[in-house]
Amino acid sequence: MVDDAILEMRAITKEFPGVKALSDVNLTVRRGEVHAICGENGAGKSTLMNVLSGVYPHGSYDGDIVYDGEVVRFGSISDSEKAGIVIIHQELALSPYLTIAENIFIGNERASGGWIDWSKTETDAAQYLSRVGLNDNPATKVMDIGVGKQQLVEIAKALSKEVKLLILDEPTAALNDDDSAHLLDLILELKNQGVTAIIISHKLNEIKKVADSVTIIRDGRTIETLDARSDEVTEDRIIRGMVGRDLTHRFPEHEPKIGGELLRISDWTVHHPLDRERVVVDHANLVVHEGEIVGIAGLMGAGRTELAMSVFGRSWGIDISGTVLKRGQEIDVRTVQKAIKHGLAYATEDRKQLGLNLIEDIARNISAAALEQLARAGWVDRNREHVVAEQYRREMNIKAPTVSALVGKLSGGNQQKVVLSRWMYTDPDVLVLDEPTRGIDVGAKYEIYTIINRLADEGKGVIVISSELPELLGICDRIYTLSEGVITADIPRSEATPERLMQYMTRIREEDHV
Amino acid sequence: MSTTTSASPARPSALQRGLAFLSGELRQIGLFIALIVIVLLLQVLTQGVTLSPRNVSNLVLQNSYVLILAIGMVMIIVAGHIDLSVGSVVATIGALAGVLNNKLGVPWWLTIILCLIGGAVIGAWQGFWVAYFKIPAFIVTLGGMLLFRGLAQILLRNTQISPFDDAFRKIGSGFLPDLGGGTSYLEPLTMIIAIVAIIALVAQGIRGRRSRAKNGLLLEPLPWFVVKTAFMAVLLFAIAWLLASYRGTPIVLIILGVLVVGYSAVMANSVFGRHVYAIGGNLRAAELSGVNARRVNFLLFVNMGVLSALAGLVFTAQLNLAGPSAGDGFELDAIAAVFIGGAAVTGGIGTVGGAIVGGLIIGILNNGMTILGVGTEWQEFIKGLVLLAAVAFDVFNKRRASRAGA
Repeated sequence: MVDDAILEMRAITKEFPGVKALSDVNLTVRRGEVHAICGENGAGKSTLMNVLSGVYPHGSYDGDIVYDGEVVRFGSISDSEKAGIVIIHQELALSPYLTIAENIFIGNERASGGWIDWSKTETDAAQYLSRVGLNDNPATKVMDIGVGKQQLVEIAKALSKEVKLLILDEPTAALNDDDSAHLLDLILELKNQGVTAIIISHKLNEIKKVADSVTIIRDGRTIETLDARSDEVTEDRIIRGMVGRDLTHRFPEHEPKIGGELLRISDWTVHHPLDRERVVVDHANLVVHEGEIVGIAGLMGAGRTELAMSVFGRSWGIDISGTVLKRGQEIDVRTVQKAIKHGLAYATEDRKQLGLNLIEDIARNISAAALEQLARAGWVDRNREHVVAEQYRREMNIKAPTVSALVGKLSGGNQQKVVLSRWMYTDPDVLVLDEPTRGIDVGAKYEIYTIINRLADEGKGVIVISSELPELLGICDRIYTLSEGVITADIPRSEATPERLMQYMTRIREEDHV
Repeated sequence: MSTTTSASPARPSALQRGLAFLSGELRQIGLFIALIVIVLLLQVLTQGVTLSPRNVSNLVLQNSYVLILAIGMVMIIVAGHIDLSVGSVVATIGALAGVLNNKLGVPWWLTIILCLIGGAVIGAWQGFWVAYFKIPAFIVTLGGMLLFRGLAQILLRNTQISPFDDAFRKIGSGFLPDLGGGTSYLEPLTMIIAIVAIIALVAQGIRGRRSRAKNGLLLEPLPWFVVKTAFMAVLLFAIAWLLASYRGTPIVLIILGVLVVGYSAVMANSVFGRHVYAIGGNLRAAELSGVNARRVNFLLFVNMGVLSALAGLVFTAQLNLAGPSAGDGFELDAIAAVFIGGAAVTGGIGTVGGAIVGGLIIGILNNGMTILGVGTEWQEFIKGLVLLAAVAFDVFNKRRASRAGA
């Protein structure tokens, strides 16, 4: 046992229907340290923090939380905040139309008898702002300051709640280099003032800079905790802990038959729609051959989905530049209609929000992108539509009694098969599959891999975007790594290891350019 | 094994299949049954006046314009929008028709064409703001509601315009020519139209079944098909009988019939209709599947404008007068008809048939209560309750269904 621990989470287990998100996780945080938590996407980091902060109330998990020497049972976020635990999420929770001062005291207003005391609000706000090193007028609206400063406002807000344990979830994911450096300095400064911090981050160089200890989580379990004072904390060691697991029999055998060049994306640059200054995809170059399965590996916020969607009919981003060539000929993919016509298909990461019409049946969802094929002079042949959908239902093994079943009632795996059927029916040359197995059980994953292999065998090019490295290593012939919008490596299957991928996925720009 | 199409391991009995099928159609059937119950109830309460030949003829005439509006409105609502301006557009087009036909002496047919074009222009105006400027339809058409009410008054110079020439008035209150010369017990043309319609209905039903069977698709149970078709045929025949024993077929009924059949087909079977449902169901997913949502939204409002103009023509012709308050509150009747007809507030769900039945329920309640001498205050009160009850029934049904299915 550590003598002066501010927090001990003991044997935390949290289950969701069908999934064990955390199993027997232990975490000990010393008073006054900066403690980093590392893990792949979906390893259980956020779930653990949600357990700690009361988002998942006491009783919905197993295990004990000992905070400040006492076993605590938080029923909600406000309980944990009263105890001095404040979590700052990746997506900032500020109201853009309110001022900095108003945001700092939301839910915690400086008031007497139900009436806001404005002068106290402003003077107190100014005091907290100076602690985080922000000199802006507290009466400025939050929408008028940049993301970096908004992050500081969030921290000022936490300080106003008399925070003892500050949790930051990917605090620098949306920040530029200067803002990131400033934020990390602030975390160290607050540490000197006695604030303990837990920082969840993908950026290993940042962790090395600020963390006193590092806990690595993989597949909902604690792998190890490294102490910067005694252990040697290297990026390699963290990476090994994050990815080390075996990859046997989870993927169907596949002998690739790779042909000529099919699609080439060159010099592709995309800017953020809300912040023109921010480059989200930076001069990316990418090639897919006939019959080839190409992976794109990257951590959250690396720009994977943004790259795919910007190519597919400019569905994301602004100030997009670069060219797309198919079999050597430049093609115009500026609208989704044109992209589909040129044989591109993009199956979205978020099936429910962006992929499917949940209140319609299977047949109509399958035909949605190729309705013209079923129509004569603008009239849809509904019988043929049903016949086609029925074929896909059987071929893809979609588990539903008929194709008239509503898509909203299907399981995740079956919904994904509907999405794949839709794009297969457009008869594309290149399919981009964004997280094709997210939220799907192991059996259905295997079926989806088999379908991907079959598509490649038909001579199509398949691009798979995935957060799961084993998946990419298991099915791809070649893998691109993406880090902060830059393609950092192009690694053939034979040379790819999880460690090597993770190295390039976390490589930052400076290293890349020297 | 190779010939079977539905490969369910244990085949459920015919009865089970029939019940499962009916529960799927519950919403449609329930609405229809509600309509029939209301008609029968009023028939008893009004001691037979409701279904008298003269009243049935009036029902058709008096509800035609709201039903025309409801057809356009259901498409707008399925796409996830709303149109509050249709009542004002009715007034504007009425005024335009008055200026053209009465003041300028434009012939009836040219008046109609120009008014429909006027409606299309109004729709394009609103569609532009909604589709290309992305202003919520609620705001655009709230503005339109004031704007076109004002425009109507400007065109009318704050007076009323009347009369219209006889040919123009026919589209509102005219009847098809009486082949019996006014002497026969039943007007022959009406009965001929009814019989042709019934033959078309049966033929279409059989053709559809054959085509489905040929493609190896699941058929609705045969007894159900026979009962449904027979019921519809009898209903058509009965209505025709009532109309034929009065003054024959109103011209608006023919217009309405063509619109209902045409727009039902568009919504169910055309690429355009599918795109409307796709946009309403999940806009982003539709766009990422290659649907040009802006174009569809624009065309929907153009279409609504044309239908509003048509409703305006019918209404003006019926009253033989263009007034500044024409069409007041029509938008709410049309919207209520659509929601009683089972459309979802969030878009993606709704049918032309449902909207028509919803509109008929409102129209028949209005008519019956007027015959019974119920004051307008109570009429409004009861209509409000009916709207609420219909939607509450829907919500209740959906919850039950989602609990039953896993």
